[in-house]
Amino acid sequence: MKAIITVIGRDQVGIIAGVCSLLSARNINILDISQTVLQEYLTMVMLVDMTLCEQPFGDVADSLTRAGEERGLSIRIQREDIFNAINRI
Amino acid sequence: MLNQNEILQTLAMIDQQHLDVRTITMGISLLSCAHSDVHTACDRIYDKITRYAEKLVPTGEAIEREFGIPIVNKRISVTPIALVAAASETDSYVPFAQALDRAAHTCGVNFIGGFSALVQKGMTDADRILIDSIPEALATTDVVCSSVNVGSTKAGIDMDAVALMGRTIKDLAARTADKGGFGCAKLVVFCNAVEDNPFMAGAFHGVGEPERVINVGVSGPGVVHHALQAVRGKSFDVLAETVKKTAFRITRVGQLVAQEASRRLNTPFGIVDLSLAPTPAVGDSVARILEEMGLEVCGTHGTTAALALLNDAVKKGGVMASSSVGGLSGAFIPVSEDEGMIAAARAGALTLDKLEAMTCVCSVGLDMIAVPGDTTAETLSAIIADEAAIGMINSKTTAVRIIPAPGCQVGDTVEFGGLLGSAPVQPVHPYSSAAFIARGGRIPAPMHSLRN
Repeated sequence: MKAIITVIGRDQVGIIAGVCSLLSARNINILDISQTVLQEYLTMVMLVDMTLCEQPFGDVADSLTRAGEERGLSIRIQREDIFNAINRI
Repeated sequence: MLNQNEILQTLAMIDQQHLDVRTITMGISLLSCAHSDVHTACDRIYDKITRYAEKLVPTGEAIEREFGIPIVNKRISVTPIALVAAASETDSYVPFAQALDRAAHTCGVNFIGGFSALVQKGMTDADRILIDSIPEALATTDVVCSSVNVGSTKAGIDMDAVALMGRTIKDLAARTADKGGFGCAKLVVFCNAVEDNPFMAGAFHGVGEPERVINVGVSGPGVVHHALQAVRGKSFDVLAETVKKTAFRITRVGQLVAQEASRRLNTPFGIVDLSLAPTPAVGDSVARILEEMGLEVCGTHGTTAALALLNDAVKKGGVMASSSVGGLSGAFIPVSEDEGMIAAARAGALTLDKLEAMTCVCSVGLDMIAVPGDTTAETLSAIIADEAAIGMINSKTTAVRIIPAPGCQVGDTVEFGGLLGSAPVQPVHPYSSAAFIARGGRIPAPMHSLRN
């Protein structure tokens, strides 16, 4: 299953490193990353593959939310299907 | 590959524009539960519902989590109870409502619909018992919803049932007077009721439906409103296209959720109902869409035309996004549940007469309207008859969900709370319709019912 992770908040050192290590610890493979920083405000979008991840989806989502809250960021994960449904025929 | 902009726009639709799936409704046939003994029948009903819908709420919550889209309500609709209870030897169907209530609480759903009777061409003994049981049933249960179909294009209008429903609504309001007549918010009187409607209070599981089914109702007035802000001042052609495209996107979400829920619950997918269902939250209003089209206040001249365009464009956009469209599908105009409608009614711009005109072109009817507590049963019946006539002649669903708020006068506001919102008490005509309603009998079906 593929999912989209979005990170939104004030830019700071180590955001990508933090998210990536959290993902690699759960066997989640990163397929694509794009990010923009506008006046210190960061928006990062990641496409990930969760096929090999054994943790339930909800638990991964909780870990990401908590990790985000520690840094004052909004981090969320959603299945890619919802974005495809809205944006692609 | 999705680009960042598309992803962020989708998040904005969910976070700021209130895009949500309004309801996942599991329809369950209770025909197999009929029994001559009331208690046996009620036990069977409780067991069947709790068995089939056991995982409905946790499944809905899991889907909500994974897709990151709110699924506001999880609900159950059942076979019209008048059909199931007909076999039981009793003169009150209140125990059936209580069994439904218990089952709904066990499953954790927030409404269960189907305490219903279909009487468009006349009432059976069971239909009569059911209607007589409605006031006590709805006053003594929490989440049971009731509906009665009093007319259809094919059968005409059963005016005896219309007269009875006026008295039933009055009785129900009196029994729930301490809560502003709240019981009436759980009772819908239909013409041309549909069998696969997932929305409350009018949902029931029709006899032509399978053993069990998943129907999904989508929403998203805020998303449409936002899209129309970008085409301010443009022609109606542009307006209609914009609504269509937006409705397509909204419905795709509903289809995705419906398929996922159907798969996980091992229950056939029925339909997606493409309705714009407002909530009392700011930014989730159908009235504000109509105002965005260029009307100063919803209810002024031009409102019916605006609503007609909206209703039609929603259907056209949505129909291609789903493999199976059904239910009511269109724009809802429940006054108490729509922040813009409440404001318009309070300002005196949106009257009962204008709402009636709007029901000719929208998906349902006079919905969640509070009228003075001293409104007579005959006047309520006459309002129902007017709506049923609109539905019958135009081959569309119409409904009346009206609350004669006990002790309230025009200018007062009745608070229902939650998604049901608050309703300003609106005036009705002071002149009597009593002699008209007292006639009884049936208004014949129109000429165009003879289509064979």
